[in-house]
Amino acid sequence: MNPVVLRTVARMMTPVLLLLSLVLLVRGHNAPGGGFVGGLMTASALILYLIAYDVETVRRLVRVSPVALLALGLLVSLGSGLLPMAQGRPFLTGLWTQVPAPWGHRVKLGTPLLFDLGVYLVVVGATLGFILAIEEGEEVESEEDHERGEA
Amino acid sequence: MTLLVLLLIGFAAAPLAPLVVRVSRRGSGLVLGLVPLGLTVGLATLVPAALSDTPPGIHVPWVPELGIALTLRADGLSMLMALLITGLGTLIVVYAGDYLKEHPRLGGFQGWLLLFMASMLGLVLADNTLFFFVCWELTTLSSFFLVGFQSEEEEAREAALRALLVTFLGGQALLLGLLLMGWRGGTSTLSELHAAGPALREGPLALPLLLLVLGGAFTKSAQVPFHFWLPGAMAAPTPASAYLHAATMVKAGIYLLARLSPVLGGTPVWRGTLVAVGLVTMVGGALLSFGHTDMKRVLAYATVSVLGTLVLLLGLGTAEAAQAMVAYLAAHAFYKGALFLMAGAVDHETGTRELPRLGGLWKVLPFTGTAAGLAALSMAGVIPLFGFIGKELIYEASLHTPGGWGLALGVAVGFVLLVGTALRVGVRPFLGERRELEHAVHEAGPALWGPALLLAAGGLVLGLVPGWIEPLLAGAARSIAGPEAGHLKLALWHGLTPALGLSAASLALGAAAFALRDPLRHTLVALRLGHWGPERLYALSLSGLKRLADVQTRVLQSGSLHRYLSVTVLALVGLLALPIVFRLGLPERAPGDLRVHEAVVLVLMGVTALVAVRTKSVLTALMVLGVLGLGEAMVYVLLGAPDLALTQVVVQTLTVILFALVFSRFPVRPHGGRSHLRDALLSLAAGGLISWALLHTTTQPRHTRLAEAYTALSPTEAHGLNIVNVILVDFRALDTLGEVTVLATASLGVVLLFRTRRQRRRV
Repeated sequence: MNPVVLRTVARMMTPVLLLLSLVLLVRGHNAPGGGFVGGLMTASALILYLIAYDVETVRRLVRVSPVALLALGLLVSLGSGLLPMAQGRPFLTGLWTQVPAPWGHRVKLGTPLLFDLGVYLVVVGATLGFILAIEEGEEVESEEDHERGEA
Repeated sequence: MTLLVLLLIGFAAAPLAPLVVRVSRRGSGLVLGLVPLGLTVGLATLVPAALSDTPPGIHVPWVPELGIALTLRADGLSMLMALLITGLGTLIVVYAGDYLKEHPRLGGFQGWLLLFMASMLGLVLADNTLFFFVCWELTTLSSFFLVGFQSEEEEAREAALRALLVTFLGGQALLLGLLLMGWRGGTSTLSELHAAGPALREGPLALPLLLLVLGGAFTKSAQVPFHFWLPGAMAAPTPASAYLHAATMVKAGIYLLARLSPVLGGTPVWRGTLVAVGLVTMVGGALLSFGHTDMKRVLAYATVSVLGTLVLLLGLGTAEAAQAMVAYLAAHAFYKGALFLMAGAVDHETGTRELPRLGGLWKVLPFTGTAAGLAALSMAGVIPLFGFIGKELIYEASLHTPGGWGLALGVAVGFVLLVGTALRVGVRPFLGERRELEHAVHEAGPALWGPALLLAAGGLVLGLVPGWIEPLLAGAARSIAGPEAGHLKLALWHGLTPALGLSAASLALGAAAFALRDPLRHTLVALRLGHWGPERLYALSLSGLKRLADVQTRVLQSGSLHRYLSVTVLALVGLLALPIVFRLGLPERAPGDLRVHEAVVLVLMGVTALVAVRTKSVLTALMVLGVLGLGEAMVYVLLGAPDLALTQVVVQTLTVILFALVFSRFPVRPHGGRSHLRDALLSLAAGGLISWALLHTTTQPRHTRLAEAYTALSPTEAHGLNIVNVILVDFRALDTLGEVTVLATASLGVVLLFRTRRQRRRV
């Protein structure tokens, strides 16, 4: 495939996909979606970018290492479970509160959303971790082949 | 409440230690020492309450359904141990700050040390058996990292593994024992088990229960035949040896036995086992210590011997024996701690711990020498040191039991050898002529000799003024052997008794043993005791385990993806086939109508599956499988499960990409014709099985109670309308947490795998 076409598509699609994945994440509690699908969607968007460009570009885009995402995700999920314990409730009890939003709406916010955010981060981290590891392993090998060829 | 706060401070300090060390390397030992010092002071304020009839305690429910609670209780015995742990901990942390000041991982070391201290503290304060066990295993774990701290040395790694395996196996036995005890006794609270004592001592399960508990205690306290891990663990840096193997960890087993004496003690089996094992360990340890010349090893075997003595005393079970036990335990902590720290200082300054190479050090190391001398005299049981009081009590206690003289003579043999060891380690290196050493020797900073001197001086002070520690020891003895043991009178002079005669005789004979140390050692070395003992058995079983691992790796982890999949699917089919086919039988009624568009999707899926099987190209097969997956998503849509469909689409897409990446990077070797038939059979079996199960679940009247409950509770309790998501993040969030942890671990594994592969290629 012509990389120019692919790159153009990737540049246009990736932000849309990222936005969509966030929508999926946030609305998951009441409609199809959630942290798992949202995370996979984000990973797919980044992989599209990876195929169009290269590992370095994706790394620059994400900035954080996949391992850090994994750790952060686990911490967020664990933290959302520990939060209710500070109130003397059992681990992972859902806490909810209502926050006023524009136009007279009220938005329900709760620790399950935070938990889902943690799942989302872990899924993104894990998927990116797999793919970047495979890609980078390959790049070093071809570099070496290149060097060997020159020598 | 104070108890819980103190314990939490201990645990919180551990992860902060590396930060403190990073900020100030020089003074970090002193700063970190403030933590155990504060704990010591805090615990000391609780001493009067601990010695009263209602000891302080706290109860925090943890898993009430299983009777697990964070229950703490500080009676006399716990308090004695807790004060020894924190008090010695203070000195050790300060000492380690100086001893390892050049070491790049000093911070980590201090962290493990503090974690160990906190776990030990939790262990002696715990009143719930399961919390006790958690702390017990934490000490095993943290000591593993301390023993193996110099992980670049093979010896340290092996020693750490050995200590871990032996104490871990014992720990498993202990867990079983504790569970049995909770079940038979009807409570998992240690202080409430007393009432259940008779039920636990008799009945069909009494013996297995006792043996399981003893297994835990004996492995931890290095009793024969499990003694061999302790001297090996001397590969740990000296501060860790001094702390773990002189004062605390090995005493955990002693503490457990003491704690359970009122519950399980007093039976003939208890008495017989403890007295026999204790006596053998006492004499055997002392003999083995004579066969070595490395200071730390000699001291380690001497510790084994003392641990045997303590077990022996617990076996006797009388009030006097309990008093002797606690007094000797305290005396040992003081002098052995001092001797280990001294050994570290000598090693640090002279570069060797070999006894024959050391001599005349007193002139150059006056402070270390003083500490060593005082501690050695206490170890030998010379008046007026505290060790003397402990030893007299032991002789008295042995003489006052049935068959007393025989036992007392056996104990005397152990003591004679210990006196010899004390002279070899604590006195000989500092007297006589200077030996040639590689570099100039001079006294190190006060952080290296100060703690040893303080401990040794403590032994002297307590010998002169035993009244200071008397109430605490009396309280501890009372926890073990009842109110009668509470009448404890410590005194240096207790009249002209047979015990005093034995004491004098063992000193004289000990001096003789010291004079004959070289012939004695050669004899012991020639006998090669260690070579034929349990150590050999351990080595054999370990190599057997490795061979087994080799074989199973070759069979199961051949590196062929084809085989992995076959084994997995075969296991699934094999395990599920029998119950599914025979228990469920044929589906009772045919599934409902098939609508046209559903039929179209199904036919499409069948065709793609056939194409995937028939094609020769890997890439085509992959693409077709992707289409098959999309068909599956279509089925979910038709059945009204948009969540599943959505996930399926994304997962399918990612799977195809992942596989395409892998296939383009790594060689794919197609399999030959013969395995095709096998694969086909396996696939048909697996697919058929799943279809069978599906037909059943969809045609059976559903068990809807759970589904109804979820539907009803989702909006009200979990504030969500999407039941699938609510189940994932709320009702069964713990499962999800476990799953994401697995996912994260797997990903970490892949990342590390590729990283090491890359590094290896770069080298």
